[in-house]
Amino acid sequence: MKLVVFFVHRGCALLLSAAAALAGSGYPVLAAEQAAVPASASALPERLSDAGLFVDGSRSVRADNLPFTPQYPLWSDGATKRRWLYLPPGTAIDATQSDAWEFPRGTRLWKEFSLARPVETRLIERLDDGSWRYAAYVWNADGSDALLAPSEGIASLPAEGAPGGSYIIPSHEDCRACHEGAAVPVLGLSALQLSPDRDPNAPNADPRHAEHVDLRDLVARGLLRNVSPALLESAPRISESSPTARAALGYMHANCGHCHNDRGPLAELELVLLQPSGGAADLNKVLQSTIDHPSESRALGLDTRVVPGHPEDSQLTARMRSRNSLTQMPPLGTQLIDREGLALIERWIQQLQP
Amino acid sequence: MKHASLTSTPLVALLALSAAPCIGATTVEATGAAPAITEAAKAARGRYIVTVSGCHDCHTPWKMGPKGPEPDMSRMLSGHPETEALTPPPRLPEGPWVVVASATNTAWSGPWGVSFTANLTPDKDTGLGKWTLRTFTDTIRTGRHKGRGRPVLPPMPIPMYKHFTDADLAAIFAYLQSIPVVKNRVPEPIPPTPSTAAATR
Repeated sequence: MKLVVFFVHRGCALLLSAAAALAGSGYPVLAAEQAAVPASASALPERLSDAGLFVDGSRSVRADNLPFTPQYPLWSDGATKRRWLYLPPGTAIDATQSDAWEFPRGTRLWKEFSLARPVETRLIERLDDGSWRYAAYVWNADGSDALLAPSEGIASLPAEGAPGGSYIIPSHEDCRACHEGAAVPVLGLSALQLSPDRDPNAPNADPRHAEHVDLRDLVARGLLRNVSPALLESAPRISESSPTARAALGYMHANCGHCHNDRGPLAELELVLLQPSGGAADLNKVLQSTIDHPSESRALGLDTRVVPGHPEDSQLTARMRSRNSLTQMPPLGTQLIDREGLALIERWIQQLQP
Repeated sequence: MKHASLTSTPLVALLALSAAPCIGATTVEATGAAPAITEAAKAARGRYIVTVSGCHDCHTPWKMGPKGPEPDMSRMLSGHPETEALTPPPRLPEGPWVVVASATNTAWSGPWGVSFTANLTPDKDTGLGKWTLRTFTDTIRTGRHKGRGRPVLPPMPIPMYKHFTDADLAAIFAYLQSIPVVKNRVPEPIPPTPSTAAATR
């Protein structure tokens, strides 16, 4: 076909629009955007030191913020992470639905990201109307405090140890893109993630410290109610045939399953990488939606999600190897390939029988 | 994210009134409750918004008519035609000009690479047939494919369209789900090459 060349000057609105999209920010906030937080929610403090994570006047974490460590962490370009859960006094999580815990109003979850030093601390909070809000605090250079980041995030924050020296603070929309793709926006605190039966082969995993709460601790403290007795008698575990398969399924659960599941807004893709907490893992859902399954996007010149025995022909691993924003997976929150996670998934695919 | 309806403001009320012929019948409860919008009325308003917001400019392929390029309404809102074989975009000389568009106005080359406009018809395999209102709303709000994936690329004016109210987006989606199906698998976007990236220098 013929190409028509339009010479469009930089000054036109289209290009301003394009530039704003590429920069990830920069457009004025219009009035209609102000309804993101209910009127009943008070504004967050500008300083992390005033936000309830620390003991007043110190960097010591308050005792009512309970540290925890998921067994299958999300890859964050090698950042070291610390996490805490806060539940308002007298409240508890309802685990009636084992894969969709109901968190009380006022729940807060904190996650601190460190490279050479602490860079960012994120907050997820459940509001009185049941909705969730998201925020990020950016640490200052001397580590004395952190300031509330703008809702549009920071596209490039200079940070030692970040890829190319540039760290990305996510926008609130990006927070929602990941956290609101699953049944519950809390992704790293679930029966499977807090299981006492931890996977020794989980990539990038941190050891659980003795003071960190797990599933049984939360129940014993009365902070988690209505847990299935079966999950307490036999700790949640991905009951796979090999250590590689167990770790691979756990890795995909944590890094992919919050979007790729059969309950959220991307269910129509019929790609299920989320593992249920109760009982044995439903391996069939994962296998049926990946092995020899056509890829919807046909990106990277590959048309099959997983080709048994051939990771080089599988779009799953091709997307993990990509860090082009048009093709990479996960699509946000990472600028570096997770070599350890990629090697695990490649081993898993190699072991699958054609 | 929920966006407040703007219909309570006098200006928008005026605009809504001026658009009334395109909206169709609505039912106003005698109790004073919010008016119940029928699906047909919602789709009619969606048609109006799609028409005046320029969606056809890029999502309906152009053809050459007697007076120059015009939208080919037989392929209404079906995006970049899969049958169109494109040559690589031309390399632009250094200077202020940065964008090239195909003759159909459905393929665009610029600093972001090459983007192809999406099939907005309700075809289940190649269009929006499996999308939900939430998928659509999330996409426009976040500027990410299906609300969670790769960035939606220029020239899609996400920085402006993200400010549509929830009601407007619901109307647009209702209309798009009602239009004729066109099976047309739009290519994936192409990352920047030295040719397209040259425009950024």
